[in-house]
Amino acid sequence: MNNLLGLRELDAEDIRHVLATAANLREILGRSVKKVPTLRGRTVVTLFYEASTRTRTSFELAAKYMSADAVNISVAQSSVSKGESLKDTLRTLESVTADCIVIRHSSSGAAHMAARYLKIPVINAGDGRHEHPTQGLLDALTIADHLRPDTGFDFSGLTVAIVGDLAHSRVARSNVWGLTKLGATVRWCGPATLLPSDADRLPVQVTTDLREGIADADVVMVLRLQTERMEKGLLPSLREYSRLWGINATTLRWAKPEVVVMHPGPMNRGVEIAADVADGLGPGATVIEDQVHNGVAVRMACLYLLMDTGSPRVEDKL
Amino acid sequence: MTLILRGGRVLDPSQGMDKVADLVIEDGRICEITEAGKGNGSAVEDVSGLLVTPGLVDIHVHLREPGFEYKEDIESGTRAAAAGGFTSVCCMPNTEPAIDTPAVVRQIIERAEAVGSARVFPIASMTRAMAGDRLSEIADLKAAGACAISDDAFPVQNAETMRRGMEYCAQFGMTVMTHNEDQSLTVGGAMNEGLTATVMGVPGIPRVAEDIGAARNILLSRLTGCRLHLLHISTATTVEFLRWAKREGAPVTGETAPHYVTLTDEACADFNTNAKMNPPLRRAEDREALKAGLADGTVDVIATDHAPHARHEKEREFDKAPFGILGLETAFGLVYTHLVVPGVLTLHDAIRAMTIAPAAALGLPVGTLKPGAFADVSVFNLSERWTVEPSTFRSKSRNTPFGGWELLGKPVMTVLGGRIVRA
Repeated sequence: MNNLLGLRELDAEDIRHVLATAANLREILGRSVKKVPTLRGRTVVTLFYEASTRTRTSFELAAKYMSADAVNISVAQSSVSKGESLKDTLRTLESVTADCIVIRHSSSGAAHMAARYLKIPVINAGDGRHEHPTQGLLDALTIADHLRPDTGFDFSGLTVAIVGDLAHSRVARSNVWGLTKLGATVRWCGPATLLPSDADRLPVQVTTDLREGIADADVVMVLRLQTERMEKGLLPSLREYSRLWGINATTLRWAKPEVVVMHPGPMNRGVEIAADVADGLGPGATVIEDQVHNGVAVRMACLYLLMDTGSPRVEDKL
Repeated sequence: MTLILRGGRVLDPSQGMDKVADLVIEDGRICEITEAGKGNGSAVEDVSGLLVTPGLVDIHVHLREPGFEYKEDIESGTRAAAAGGFTSVCCMPNTEPAIDTPAVVRQIIERAEAVGSARVFPIASMTRAMAGDRLSEIADLKAAGACAISDDAFPVQNAETMRRGMEYCAQFGMTVMTHNEDQSLTVGGAMNEGLTATVMGVPGIPRVAEDIGAARNILLSRLTGCRLHLLHISTATTVEFLRWAKREGAPVTGETAPHYVTLTDEACADFNTNAKMNPPLRRAEDREALKAGLADGTVDVIATDHAPHARHEKEREFDKAPFGILGLETAFGLVYTHLVVPGVLTLHDAIRAMTIAPAAALGLPVGTLKPGAFADVSVFNLSERWTVEPSTFRSKSRNTPFGGWELLGKPVMTVLGGRIVRA
């Protein structure tokens, strides 16, 4: 693995290897001194063209817990605001001897572009509507913890329903590839205006009916609904959305009793997810904070696998 | 001054000719086509074993001058044309300033006469500054030498503006060439809407946006009697609409480009900005419908939509890179290799779609080897196999998805007005 651009490019064996590595490294997060020397002397640059709390923070902490130096480029205060192209910005960061670039960008394919122009490893921290592979990995790790512990990440027999704004979601796309490769059945459920074209030709079951979408599901993954969708004429109102596709204590009963409820965050409480479900007061188990916690472990695993071992390009530089 | 092209296979669809002969050129005009070996003249080029056709005509080219000379200019663009076997090109008005005044039309014509390696026929903008509202001074533009009127790159969205523009053009016999797109359906779109775009997470451009635009323009052509030419058709349904229009007797022609009959939207996978153009590459069904439309004559013309962009402009995020790819230097090889060799089109029909058909669509005095015509001639070696190598292009730009493709059939000599511009 030279880069992590998307889960579509990985095979099941790669994914299981990252997840197993993350499960091992997660032990470090429970220590009083959360520091191992594994990546000492290496530098990770995070380049975020979009706002982010959890992804950016967890990448930075993941790097620091492994003793790498982490530098965060804030686009607003960088040469990007002077009109520097993405390619030139990337080349500059490589020239100042970054060992790995973590990139978040509003354009689909930005991470692929980075990989095309850089020799150092690139990690996609979310590109447009395309993929968010570390989110897909942390979701898989969380599902395994709750529903398939100690099975070697075998998800056969599990049904995962992803509900909401699928058209604009990179999380939904990464999860399709990641979860189906691990053996799960994936359903997509949302309003017709928020389903991407030809979604039924992906390896998912597609429905606009929430009851059908989450019936007997083992996992309900709720996606964030961006409120600007109303202005674009995709939805009449938040009220109607919430009534037809909102996940609350009533609708959640259509899923399995021990259903696991997930959300990649940030949440709109009362819109796509009811506050009591978000806080774990509904049926089943709400695991949103576990997802965030696992995010650090997954990002440690990705940095470790790309920078420490099995990467001849990194070794060549030493 | 006489030039003889001796012993080639002379194929001229404008006169139904396909025979081995000598082509005799005198004073820049076609003098006669005579029995092989019989032509006499001061200069003789042996073209035996080669294909001799009227110089190819591309009615859809972006030469980028004035305003964007870093992408292409008249000199480099017409050299690319000559290298591709084209002797006539019509250049689109999305320049800076736009081709919306007689001064710009004359400037392009004069510049082409001074530095060009091909004839250049400027196409003027339907509306001033291509803004889609006030009409350009179309009679004056025609008098200055504009060959047609177009809204390419900035399609007129208001149907009333298009209706009045067509009515106004019709009285002067000017063909209107339309980029067919209802832009309310394509905001933010960067490639064909469908499975590939969904997997890539790239905002889509639905096929119906083109179909609605084409249907509107066809209906307005019927209403106004204005001659209409549909630019760069990419969808099966627009081919069907064009078929219907012709059956109804509407004065409508249409073109497609080599990339729409050789590629699909899967060429965009891996975020290849050199496969990004508008209209976008579509599905295999559309590609096959376009081939069928060419084969049955519904789609009259093959044009390239040669659209140069600088390297730094294409080396951008997929959604931010500009639309458009090069066409002039790969068109013949693509058409011959992918349409003629597999039997989709006869060689005769392929050459017709690149010579007399485009000339007729706009009423241009080119595309034929009849005696008295301009001695614009192309010579091809149909058995030469070659690999597309963008670094050798005469164009200033390199934005092609065909780099590395192996093609059969290569332009080997181009004659413009009796003068060999490329051998």
